[in-house]
Amino acid sequence: MADLSTHLQAHAETIPQTRPAAEAQGDRKSGFQPGPRGAKPRKSFSRRNILLYGTLIMVSLYYLVPLWVMVMTSLKGMPEIRMGNIFAPPLEITFEPWVKAWSEACTGLNCDGLSRGFWNSVRITVPSVVVSIAIASVNGYALANWKFKGADTFFTILIFGAFIPYQVMLYPMVILLREIGLYGTLTGLVIVHSIFGMPILTLLFRNYFTSLPEELFKAARVDGAGFWRIYVQIMLPMSLPIFVVAMILQVTGIWNDFLFGVIYTKPDLYPMTVQLNNIVNSVQGVKEYNVNMAATLLTGLVPLVIYLISGKLFVRGIAAGAVKG
Amino acid sequence: MTMNASINIKDLSLSFGAVEVIKDLNLDIGQGEFLVLLGSSGCGKSTLLNCIAGLLDVSDGQIFIQGKNVTWEEPSDRGIGMVFQSYALYPQMTVEGNLSFGLKNAGFSKAEVAERVAKAARILQIEPLLKRKPGALSGGQRQRVAIGRALVRDVDVFLFDEPLSNLDAKLRTDLRAEIKELHQTLRNTMIYVTHDQIEAMTLADRIAIMRGGKILQLATPKEIYNRPNCKYVADFIGSPSMNFIEGQIATTATGATFTAAAGTFPLDGYAFDGAPTAGAAWLGIRPEHIASGAEAASRAIRMEATVQLVEPLGSDTLVRVAAGGQRFWVRLDGRVEIHEGDALPIGFNPVRCNLFDKTSEARL
Repeated sequence: MADLSTHLQAHAETIPQTRPAAEAQGDRKSGFQPGPRGAKPRKSFSRRNILLYGTLIMVSLYYLVPLWVMVMTSLKGMPEIRMGNIFAPPLEITFEPWVKAWSEACTGLNCDGLSRGFWNSVRITVPSVVVSIAIASVNGYALANWKFKGADTFFTILIFGAFIPYQVMLYPMVILLREIGLYGTLTGLVIVHSIFGMPILTLLFRNYFTSLPEELFKAARVDGAGFWRIYVQIMLPMSLPIFVVAMILQVTGIWNDFLFGVIYTKPDLYPMTVQLNNIVNSVQGVKEYNVNMAATLLTGLVPLVIYLISGKLFVRGIAAGAVKG
Repeated sequence: MTMNASINIKDLSLSFGAVEVIKDLNLDIGQGEFLVLLGSSGCGKSTLLNCIAGLLDVSDGQIFIQGKNVTWEEPSDRGIGMVFQSYALYPQMTVEGNLSFGLKNAGFSKAEVAERVAKAARILQIEPLLKRKPGALSGGQRQRVAIGRALVRDVDVFLFDEPLSNLDAKLRTDLRAEIKELHQTLRNTMIYVTHDQIEAMTLADRIAIMRGGKILQLATPKEIYNRPNCKYVADFIGSPSMNFIEGQIATTATGATFTAAAGTFPLDGYAFDGAPTAGAAWLGIRPEHIASGAEAASRAIRMEATVQLVEPLGSDTLVRVAAGGQRFWVRLDGRVEIHEGDALPIGFNPVRCNLFDKTSEARL
């Protein structure tokens, strides 16, 4: 061993003179001993990789196949659908089902397609999301930073509220809305969505604000900032991720809502989901599978787009809220 | 209330539910004084500071700053600036934004804000950093900005809540000296919370040693080091800690003696607080007041000891010895050559000792 190392050392010392020759010798030029060196080689088709990627591919297929069927069917004409192979791509691509679903499909007396429902949903979702997040974020901030009397009791009640089944409150809410004259209006539905989003959103915001360093809040108070100034200038700029999380939760929740939409509005004002149901479940005439598929895809598009745009922020916000909360 | 007092705290109490964190605390702090609140964690020192700042509502008692009763005032109306352990800089604002936030809230004109920020930046030498965000600063720079935030507001009282605890050792020493220089320049009243006794000793005009929400001793660093008023303070200050010997004090016609397992020693030269009384007691002696080797022969109290452990620190060498059935830490000169198992005579004089009552642990 001693011989070997002195030999290698001697070899290393001669390198400057014999550089081209040493480079030709490859590895030995810098005096490494024979044997493994550097990163360990990994086989791509190891048993572990096959199991891991096999499972992942199976799960992906499980989710993607229905989507494939829907997209393909929505691009076919009715004669082609009747041929029966639901997995086959369309022989002749047609966008007519999409146009029909959007602007011509009939629900009840109206025959202006899903577009009516889409705009209703927008008019429900946007104000509901804005109002519920605005109120819940202030709630959460007050609960986390301003330790007022009875804060703990308030918080307990709120948590409890998050777990009460909606069905219990459906009918009382109908009466309530009727009394204030908002039953069957979009405003009424916006109020309902805002109220029902409150417990879980407040919890989300409270946990996030609790995870921010308390000394920041103290420093701002020493600096003479009050309740609203601290909220707007100190807390808000630091909480973009949690706002994104809240936004995604609310947009998908409210957009996908069916129950409240069907109960608290009238046919003219039905949200997109209710209208989709009415189109797909209509019993008159021929079942237009391609139109139904296109309508379904159209309805699911909004939450999908929201996810794709803000996916990264969503993950960051979820992690921030969950781990430290 | 003394005339030139900066802060007076009268019978202050604070409880969280059933837990009393501070009880009937009284404290007067002079104009321009540097007071350090020192204690182990949970002693109530940070709580007291937060009460002075107005960040915690007190349960009872009063707080005066510059003679004005501020017990119910908002933090920003008390004429205080505060520096936190975690710096607490607003991450989304630049250094300039951080410094000017308080001034803008107080409604100063733009020109005034710019002037004050520039002045504070000059004093703290952070002018090149003004346009940066806190994330792009080192720990030392961040803490300097945090001090600047208190500085711009031109306040009477600076409150420091363990400002150096998050810094590494080298930086801590540097910034400690800077804080001391700042105090010498500004002559503001400063209250400084720490659990680090070296920070306390080096910075303070007076140290308040706290335990269980009470101030045990309030005195100059020298007084606290040389004449601790109870065994806890004696044990807390000094590293390594004071050596304690358990024994009995007996009074004789000529003076008092102390009898321990190692023998009976005269206490001639010890300045008793009152008249010496007989009874069980602790005798405390600091490691640096123990003489060893040939020098030990000239001391009034002598023991034969064996070296157990040697810890060279460079300038000094700490040695743990066994004598009279217990352990002693002795501080020796760094150049001494000594090894485990060596025999080492040790000795000390009663004038350097501290005697504490066995039960009340108060100084005798």
